[in-house]
Amino acid sequence: MIAHSIFFYFFSVIAIFSSLMVITSRSTINSVFFLILDFISVGCLFIMVGAEFLGMILLIVYVGAVAVLFLFVVMMLNVAEQKQSWFVGKKSNHLPTGLIVSILILLELLVVAGGWKYKENLMSSSTLILSDISNTHQLGLVMYTDYILYFQLAGIILLLSMIGAILLTFRKRSGVKKQSYFTQISRNPSSAIELKEVESNKGVIIDD
Amino acid sequence: MLEYFEILGQEVYKVLFLLVPILVSVAMIVWLDRRVWGLVQKRRGPNVVGPFGLFQTLADALKYIFKEIIIPASANKVVFILAPIITMTLALVAWAVIPMSEDLVLSDINVGILYLFAVSSLGVYGIIMGGWASNSKYPFLGAIRSAAQMVSYEVSIGIIIINVLLCVGSLNLKDIVLAQKDLWYVIPLFPMFVVFFISALAETNRPPFDLPEAEAELVAGYQTEYSGMMYAMFWLGEYANILLMCAMGSILFLGGWLPIIDIYPLNLVPAPIWMILKILFLFFLFALIKAIVPRYRYDQLMRLGWKIFLPFSLIYLVLTASFLFYFDKLPKGNF
Repeated sequence: MIAHSIFFYFFSVIAIFSSLMVITSRSTINSVFFLILDFISVGCLFIMVGAEFLGMILLIVYVGAVAVLFLFVVMMLNVAEQKQSWFVGKKSNHLPTGLIVSILILLELLVVAGGWKYKENLMSSSTLILSDISNTHQLGLVMYTDYILYFQLAGIILLLSMIGAILLTFRKRSGVKKQSYFTQISRNPSSAIELKEVESNKGVIIDD
Repeated sequence: MLEYFEILGQEVYKVLFLLVPILVSVAMIVWLDRRVWGLVQKRRGPNVVGPFGLFQTLADALKYIFKEIIIPASANKVVFILAPIITMTLALVAWAVIPMSEDLVLSDINVGILYLFAVSSLGVYGIIMGGWASNSKYPFLGAIRSAAQMVSYEVSIGIIIINVLLCVGSLNLKDIVLAQKDLWYVIPLFPMFVVFFISALAETNRPPFDLPEAEAELVAGYQTEYSGMMYAMFWLGEYANILLMCAMGSILFLGGWLPIIDIYPLNLVPAPIWMILKILFLFFLFALIKAIVPRYRYDQLMRLGWKIFLPFSLIYLVLTASFLFYFDKLPKGNF
């Protein structure tokens, strides 16, 4: 059990430290890296309590996909410019909105923490391993029977948001040359070559 | 307390027993790759250092070790140094769950295939970090290309894995192999095997999908600013990843350590040998493809991933599921 507690505190200290660093770090890139570290250590904590499926899904979805896109966006920002406008001198006009949102989140957290039931030995790995069926199977048994409606609803919401995101960025561009593989492959000499009688000093218009 | 150290020592011993062979085989596989590449093009390939040029990679590694590591002045130093370390570590860490035989596996976890998928999807970080930290345009372009490419092909790999998992009914790699005792999944799921193989090429940035390091356009992509040992680490990580993809392919489709047919002379061959032979077979295909196929254009790559592989593997998933459901073949094994 000593080893378990050591690992539990190790991962939770890293998780708390990196989540603090996410909001205090000066460079946005470092913030994203600390966010990734946070995800990974929370994933490790999940695995430690026996929720191996959740831990792995956290790694795949958040670290493998979501954080990559975060990193992508942040890398596109001009870091030097940010340093001037955000940190030196200038006042930010996002302050009131940010304050309201953070106070709301704090209140919500307080409500949740007030109703928290502390469970003994949560950090030991034996908590979730109650029966001999695996964690994944247990989740599946509940998710596809009792909660099938919510599961499907979540899927539909995700699909809708995906369609919405595509629709927002979709625009018709003019003057784009598109390659059609089918017409390319189905070309033959008689359809590809066109013979023209060219009048002297007139020429022909190619490619309109 | 002494007990802990004893356990720790045993674990370290086991890990070393896994890591050292992998590193050696990565070196050998680089030699094999270059050799096959040469033979396809009617050249000899590396044949000077050692017998058949076997020590060529060791000589190269020695050269890299003694080269100076140059860090560009405008680079983000921490991230720049971290990138090759992350690539290499992630490539090696994934090997912990690969079963070489029924009991020869470092850690036999219940969610083995998810672990493999998670670690291989983390591989993109090394490349993005390297490309961004170099603070130069070619590495950055290479890194962006690579990130988009790896994220898109991961999606189809994920769906292919679900196809196999539907037939197995377990996330454990051992169960996946043992479920293929009667029939390797390469036969009923052959189209998925082809899609998996091509996606694995794209996921490991191998030709014809080596756009992140397209030397004609991007110098060397995300590795442009790297030199010496740091470059060698990228290179080792890349080949360890390729081997990992081959191992994944042989576990998912080629029946892992199982012999081709379970008859007398064939089942005397030790299980790890079969596994290694299958990995080598897949790697041989990788090497052949590197030699014979020209590079894709970037928009063609994206079209292949999103418009062809993704719908195709989704349709195949529905087909597999309905087949298993209607013929009542859904796995009901122990979970």
